[in-house]
Amino acid sequence: MDMNVKKKKLGLKEKYAHMTRGLDWQTSYQPMEKVFPQATFEGIKIHDWDKWEDPFRLTMDAYWKYQAEKERKLYAVLDAFAQNNGHLGITDARYLNAVKLFLTGISPLEYVAHRGFAAAGRNFPGVGPRVACLMQSVDEIRHAQTQIHAISNYNKHYDGFHDFKHMLERVWYLSVPKSFFDDAFSAGPFEWMIAIGFSFEYVLTNLLFVPFMSGAAYNGDMATVTFGFSAQSDEARHMTLGLECIKFMLEQDPDNLPIVQKWIDKWAWRGIRVLSLVGMMMDYMLPKRVMSWKEAWEIYFEQNGGALFADLARYGIKVPDCLTQCSEDKEHISHQTWATFYQYGGAAAFHTWMPNDEEMDWLSAKYPNTFDKYYRARFTYWRDEAEKGNRFYSNTLPMLCQVCQIPMLFTEPGDPTKICYRESEYEGEKYHTCSDGCKHIFDDEPEKYVQSWLPVHQIYQGNCFPEGTDPTAEGFDPLAAVLDWYHFNNGHDNLDFEGSRDQANFAAWRGMATKNT
Amino acid sequence: MAVQALKDYKFPPADAQENFHGAQLLYVGWDDHLMFCAPFAYCLPPNTPFSDLCQKFMAHSFGYHPDWKNVDFSKVTWLKSGQPWQPDMNKTLAELGLKHKDALRFQTPGLKGINGSSS
Repeated sequence: MDMNVKKKKLGLKEKYAHMTRGLDWQTSYQPMEKVFPQATFEGIKIHDWDKWEDPFRLTMDAYWKYQAEKERKLYAVLDAFAQNNGHLGITDARYLNAVKLFLTGISPLEYVAHRGFAAAGRNFPGVGPRVACLMQSVDEIRHAQTQIHAISNYNKHYDGFHDFKHMLERVWYLSVPKSFFDDAFSAGPFEWMIAIGFSFEYVLTNLLFVPFMSGAAYNGDMATVTFGFSAQSDEARHMTLGLECIKFMLEQDPDNLPIVQKWIDKWAWRGIRVLSLVGMMMDYMLPKRVMSWKEAWEIYFEQNGGALFADLARYGIKVPDCLTQCSEDKEHISHQTWATFYQYGGAAAFHTWMPNDEEMDWLSAKYPNTFDKYYRARFTYWRDEAEKGNRFYSNTLPMLCQVCQIPMLFTEPGDPTKICYRESEYEGEKYHTCSDGCKHIFDDEPEKYVQSWLPVHQIYQGNCFPEGTDPTAEGFDPLAAVLDWYHFNNGHDNLDFEGSRDQANFAAWRGMATKNT
Repeated sequence: MAVQALKDYKFPPADAQENFHGAQLLYVGWDDHLMFCAPFAYCLPPNTPFSDLCQKFMAHSFGYHPDWKNVDFSKVTWLKSGQPWQPDMNKTLAELGLKHKDALRFQTPGLKGINGSSS
């Protein structure tokens, strides 16, 4: 006879066990190694997946509940921002260009991160990392969506926000973040976890997220700030996952150490190169500065990162070799990168400008060793020429680094007056890199980087014009054709901030909101 | 070291010379003139005279710089892949042995950029 027994509610611990570890099973129709073919080829040895400590201690049902609550709050703020013309509350229309850089260069990467963590979750045989990767994968797609929604308010009013997804696949400087993620995604699941989970989300995230979100707060961009707060608790979880992952790999087998060390070295350098974009944003694009790139580097990398590597030393992990170079570079890269965008500002989907006197003084104060000595004369000359109607736009495509895909703008170690050239040869073909760091990465896996889709070379091969374009036709303008293929609104999205439609509209609309005439 | 991969990992290089419709890539950088943030990439037929490279193509790219008008090509020193190299203005890229994706640097003694700042 059936007894009608009142069901007991599961305790938190039991529920957690059932809804994470309890979801695992052993396959019976197919051997496990065929179901998880990516688990071993990278050379990482895992003996016991159950040793994985869940860093989140979160189950999917609780995840949905928390995130839904956060999202409700976020969208309430976004609505209020839109209804109250929040876009007129920013410090200066120049700030919008930092948001454009974020939307085109960072938000699509959140989406790639979503795909990457979904793939890693699929490919790990252990249920612990599978569940953790699943949650991070959902986080990342939420971040992509909420960023796009937060920033879409600006698209109604300003240029350059209209086609970020299309641009990511094509535009020369967006190939830098895109190829960074493609490189990680086309590796195996363990390298992905070191590349994105550890190096990017743990070691470097504070240098990406904090500058953009603080920049938004300092410059009156409530929509982006609110997004930043909403994502903050997720980011904390991502950092924990990255750290757990590296410790797990190192504890499982001593043979994993050299592989993990190689990946840390590679991805620290790859990530730092991408962060050059953040450096110039902090030092040049924010009308109200938060701190200099150099200061951010010292706090978030040298101090915080130093503590992290001290902690990892007990596993035998060493600080990446490239860091000596980085301590020198922190004095230069933001100026060098902004100079590059300034001169290729005809082919960027945001506006560029030269700093005014007060801003140059700020730069001198923040960079007493380098700004006046190496950069002020150049920038002053450009500004003077622009005032005379002779604004500098470079008219020839630059040489790119085969690995990071950034123009070869970085200077020789120990001599900031000379471009750093490095060259490798592979199967009879020459390859150029911007630094010892990138050359080392190329030489380690040349088969991978010979495939790089380098925007400059692709343009010269004729692959970057709209369909049906005849490059042999009389009067053919290759730059106009490339911008058309990028979906740039030539004359509005690009060129100098001075004289731009954004500048005029912002001034007119803010005037309507604050004056009676 | 080779790429660790699940299967054979062999792909053609994306920038082989045959993809450039009969032309070849040549990079040229001007030392001590960082106003030009990076060396330039040119895509030129191998029968381009070296004098055309200097007088037409480079003049177009570097001409904005106030030092350009003072460049005396008889005094310019050249580096190819970082090694001293001597071109003959009357020869073509092919005759000078310049290969696809060669990198040249040129130095202009006495010219040190804006206010001597290597800009």
